[in-house]
Amino acid sequence: MSTSIKLFTFAAPSTFYKLSGYLIPWLYCLSIAVGLTALYVGFFIAPTDATQGEAYRIIFVHVPAAWMSMVLYLVMAMWAAIGWAFNARLAYMVARAIAPTGAIFTFLALWTGAFWGKPTWGTWWVWDARLTSELILLFLYLGYMALVESIDDVRRSDKAGALLALIGVVNVPIIYFSVRWWSTLHQGATISMTAAPKMASTMLTAMLLMTIAFWAYAFAVVFMRTRAIILEREKNMGWVQFLSQQNKRKKQ
Amino acid sequence: MNWNNLEGFISMGGYGLYVWGSYAMVLLWLAIEPYAAWRRQRNAQQEISNPTGWPQ
Repeated sequence: MSTSIKLFTFAAPSTFYKLSGYLIPWLYCLSIAVGLTALYVGFFIAPTDATQGEAYRIIFVHVPAAWMSMVLYLVMAMWAAIGWAFNARLAYMVARAIAPTGAIFTFLALWTGAFWGKPTWGTWWVWDARLTSELILLFLYLGYMALVESIDDVRRSDKAGALLALIGVVNVPIIYFSVRWWSTLHQGATISMTAAPKMASTMLTAMLLMTIAFWAYAFAVVFMRTRAIILEREKNMGWVQFLSQQNKRKKQ
Repeated sequence: MNWNNLEGFISMGGYGLYVWGSYAMVLLWLAIEPYAAWRRQRNAQQEISNPTGWPQ
């Protein structure tokens, strides 16, 4: 019983609000420090690619952005499902806060992919399985955002959003396995759990560092947006009013 | 070291437009998004401390 109480402590928006407030600056610092290191390794240590020349350096943002776009969707759907199952209001708020970040990473994966495709494939865009399913992911994020914003009743919009998010989960394995299931211009998986890496270790290092930087960034910005949503929804609650009075006193 | 001089770094072996076009868009959005989130937070705080929006 005592452990369950501890677990649910952080499910209270007031506790989350305080804790995330401390974490956000550290997460941004971590993101910037690791991101700059990744850029240094990617541009100054990683060698020129034998077949693609310098164009391949787009990989250091393209692959991490694409990973984030898929993982964030799964996390968003998971929190939406938890919100639905347990009627947890913070879980719904986190799901809503993740959607714009996920949409941005999806757009960036598509954009950097186009800028990589043009010099290597000779075209900005092809309607192949990998690119099309990633574009559908962008539409799923945008659809989720439009849906939850279009329904005024928060409880109804949260549930409608959760349903859409959960149905859309089907698309994530389609994106991931698309390069295996269909013949496509897009190259295969960059990293496999079972096979040895196909790229130079410095290239891999830069890519993984950028992934860590993107993770820290995503945590920070999602926490920020969740805090704003908490204030918007709970503005009439006692703890928010108390916090507001405290801040006023500090300013005086 | 991959680059002999600044021009070499900028031209990226002829792929400068594509490499920097990618990185610029990433940096742009990773700056816009935290700013938007910060503004949303500030607006919510103002709404609470001054619900009517009248000067205090």
